[in-house]
Amino acid sequence: MAEAHPVGFQWVMEAKRRGAKVFHVDPRFTRTSALADSYLAIRAGTDIALLGGVVRYILDNELDFREYVVAYTNAATIVTEEYADTEDMHGLFSGFNDDNATYDQASWRYEGHSQNQTTRDSETQRETAAGLENESHGAPVGGETERDETLQHPRCVYQILKRHFARYTPEMVERVCGIPQEKFLELAQAWTENSGRDRTGMLVYSVGWTQHSVGVQYIRTGAIIQLLLGNVGRPGGGVMALRGHASIQGSTDIPTLFNLLPGYLPMPHHANHPTLDAWVDSIAHPGQKGFWGNARTYGVNLLKAYWGDAATADNDYCYGYMPRMTGDHGTYQQVLDMIDGKIKGYFLLGQNPAVGSAHGRAQRLGMANLDWLVVRDLFMIESATFWQNAPEIETGEIAPERCRTEVFFLPAASHVEKEGTFTQTQRLLQWREKAVEPPGDARSELWFFYHLGRIIRERLAASTKPRDRALLDLAWDYPTHGPNVEPSAEAVLREINGYDVATGRPLASFTEMKDDGSTVGGCWIYTGVYADGVNQAARRKPGSEQSLVAPEWGWAWPANRRILYNRASADPDGNPWSERKRYVWWDADKSEWTGYDVPDFEKTKPPSYRPERDASGVAGIAGDDPFILQGDGKGWLYAPTGVLDGPMPTHYEPVESPVRNPLYRQQANPTRKVYTHPINTLNPSPPQEHSQVFPYVFTVSRLTEHHTAGGMSRTVSPLAELQPEMFVEVSPELAALRGLSHLGWAHLVTSRAAVEAKVLVTDRVTPLRVDGRIIHQVWLPYHFGYEGLVTGDSANDLFGITLDPNVLIQESKVGTCDVRPGRRPRGQDLVDLVVDYRRRSGNLVHRYPPMVTTDVADTSSDQEA
Amino acid sequence: MGVRSWFEGWPVYRQLTGTDPLGRGAAAKSDGSRALTARTDTADSMARSVCPYCAVGCGQRVFVKDGQVSQIEGDPDSPISRGRLCPKGAASKSLVTSPLRQTTVRYRRPYGTEWEDLDLDTALNMIADRVLAARDETWEDVDAEGRPLNRTLGISSLGGATLDNEENYLIKKLFTAMGALQIENQARI
Ligand code: SF4
Repeated sequence: MAEAHPVGFQWVMEAKRRGAKVFHVDPRFTRTSALADSYLAIRAGTDIALLGGVVRYILDNELDFREYVVAYTNAATIVTEEYADTEDMHGLFSGFNDDNATYDQASWRYEGHSQNQTTRDSETQRETAAGLENESHGAPVGGETERDETLQHPRCVYQILKRHFARYTPEMVERVCGIPQEKFLELAQAWTENSGRDRTGMLVYSVGWTQHSVGVQYIRTGAIIQLLLGNVGRPGGGVMALRGHASIQGSTDIPTLFNLLPGYLPMPHHANHPTLDAWVDSIAHPGQKGFWGNARTYGVNLLKAYWGDAATADNDYCYGYMPRMTGDHGTYQQVLDMIDGKIKGYFLLGQNPAVGSAHGRAQRLGMANLDWLVVRDLFMIESATFWQNAPEIETGEIAPERCRTEVFFLPAASHVEKEGTFTQTQRLLQWREKAVEPPGDARSELWFFYHLGRIIRERLAASTKPRDRALLDLAWDYPTHGPNVEPSAEAVLREINGYDVATGRPLASFTEMKDDGSTVGGCWIYTGVYADGVNQAARRKPGSEQSLVAPEWGWAWPANRRILYNRASADPDGNPWSERKRYVWWDADKSEWTGYDVPDFEKTKPPSYRPERDASGVAGIAGDDPFILQGDGKGWLYAPTGVLDGPMPTHYEPVESPVRNPLYRQQANPTRKVYTHPINTLNPSPPQEHSQVFPYVFTVSRLTEHHTAGGMSRTVSPLAELQPEMFVEVSPELAALRGLSHLGWAHLVTSRAAVEAKVLVTDRVTPLRVDGRIIHQVWLPYHFGYEGLVTGDSANDLFGITLDPNVLIQESKVGTCDVRPGRRPRGQDLVDLVVDYRRRSGNLVHRYPPMVTTDVADTSSDQEA
Repeated sequence: MGVRSWFEGWPVYRQLTGTDPLGRGAAAKSDGSRALTARTDTADSMARSVCPYCAVGCGQRVFVKDGQVSQIEGDPDSPISRGRLCPKGAASKSLVTSPLRQTTVRYRRPYGTEWEDLDLDTALNMIADRVLAARDETWEDVDAEGRPLNRTLGISSLGGATLDNEENYLIKKLFTAMGALQIENQARI
């Protein structure tokens, strides 16, 4: 955090000054480690084993915050008899289907529920990254559950959890992660001691957790700990995702993602969502509890925002215009389709996949096989010049005179040359004022897309083809201004916020939205950002003149709430858990919720409220159920549906690992998303043969002085001067083993690529003792490429493509490699080197379905073998 | 110059006798530095902005002189950043004023070996032509069972996460109406 989010880290230091203990877990000692109270060096890709150890420590010693756990989580809920755990199945859960490597989630359901309510099978959910829809709400379950609040029932979640994590002992943590038991116990003790009525503990993570083939489950494990310790919905608690880009949160809220529409509505699927009714019913199952019950309203408002007057009740608000998914249309599928010649045109909008995406060679070969490519950026980035300067030019795989891709480079406006909102990591929207006009031909994306749409609509004006109706009926009349005819960002923000059609009055809250076409709203979770016709995101009341919560700086979704589920900061009766942690509470005199933040609860629903037996929607949520977007109102220790790789997290090894899974026979995530394309070669891992060809673990991350693929930092002289060269950090032990010298060269080889880097011999990376042997890890920054003021090989070239099944994020935080002294070979020699490594490691490519290893016993590791 | 004023002009004297014992402010000033004014004082205007790098979202004040960005500083009013910027945020002025920035359209024709110039309007119209052609050639009305698809899989897009919400909104809206489904973002990555 000190490295990649330095100014955010000031608050960690502030907390430390006030007595908080700071623990840092990372494969490499960083600036964060230097300032932490305790640093734990971990083997990359083993965090679930560490966190699972903490879960076991809490449950074994009964250190959970029992009142919170019983009242606010699903610990007491009983699960059906059909459920079988990884304990009994060598690392698989019940319901596993060998044919397509997915789980039928029926046996995970709550007792008494006839079936889980999702309409899509698990394979469709994986292909369409359906897990992402849960960013604003839980997966659908019915509200009535059977509970044992003594937590003794053998099939209650609490007991299931206890059994599931029983083997995550301190010894096992040491064996899997390479973390000494004393270190682990120090962490577990501090975490539990600093949680409860009077204290809260916070968990902070970043892409070191998400970019894994089992990344969603890393975060689930963190969430389980925080729920057990009562650290959710309370000040100083939470699971904080530190996001890496100015508006990456905004890019999922108002997504430019294939599977989502604004506000986490799913993009329609051809088989599951043939009609408007089928679409909205699949989001909000009739009878479901909670705010998500209003899905029809949110859907209709979006369709009205898209198609304006043309969208009416009679034509289902133009739902028929929507394109339909048939499967995975994600960025990695697209790249493989480019290589196969299936895609004609590609837009890159401030993005540099030639450096920033996994398997750089596949990215560049894909771009070299298009009809046309439009690159919009501030600088001439690698993804615009691949036809001239890619490493594949030297190997002969790309030659300008044979490369057919027509490339348009259009300069973009910078953040000071346009106005608009970013949504930062706390869901806070902040409006930026425009300082100057963009230079020359530089324009905003708002300008580019508004005018592209205008021209396309003009071209089609006389068209009678049905397919063109969606474009011609589109509500596309934004006011423009200035010398460049720039569309008004504020007008777009107003449409995102929503307004009353008849009067034009901006909506103050999504509860004002109607499902009859009388209101319009482009993104229901952002409703309120333009309340009273005021741009709330532009509020700049100085922090020094406000409370710590600073509610009048910018605007946070939903409804300007700064801490989600903050009803949990009060006890079931509505009183603060303690004076020290007072945040939101029930004011009995006024009969309303009040506090320092906007209460995340119906303002006048008393703690004593109990729903009627078959109440649905918001009325179904009890006065002491803080998790109002969950079907049962509870925080989920156990996910009866919606998480595709299991109701609880399980440690699987990374797809490329030098180690046989010490916890279960099942080696890697059995449900991971694989691509079987020939370019997607694979390094072997146990129990496969030849894993010793790639004996070392490598991981990548950021430097303070650079930004992702380098397009905004290797081009900026002060930053380029501070970090001028690609390098690799190796331990003194590995340097001795492989004959590497400090400040000399080394190259790393995988079955995809070889990249070279200057050697930094340092104790910041350390060999770890894992399952009885020494594992060496190396670390690289991933910022470098072949353009800009400072250049170097790209670390992402080393990775293959394997994705998490829930959200289709690639595993690009851990892989295996060989490390060799000296510079890499050039030209054909480079190709030959990589080919030779492939040959020696068995010429593997990914297979579908991925390998299940439960029948391969490993005597040293499988406790039941 | 009298002896006294000569003596008082000596920084160590001022440091020992004045209000700046550490010699980091007034005491260290020379006649030259005393005559300087901050760029922030002489700016024509100031815009309230936000750092474009990471998602901490530090507040920035962008100072403008003669139509050019003259300085970017941390915004002390921000309850998030309290005026601080990290090396990247502090380099924002260098980012937006970098001489490496491309300010004209560049065009590389199929099989071309060099960049060429192109007028912005021409480029926009050429792109519109290509979008419509790719869409027509790859259009899918219905699936094998006659259920609607309304889409093209011939067009892809990948956006960075430094785009504004308003921009993402228009991108998604236009591409969706066009039937272009394969729209992705750094947020996947
Ligand atoms: S100044 Fe640094 S910490 Fe703050 S938003 Fe910018 S990059 Fe992030």
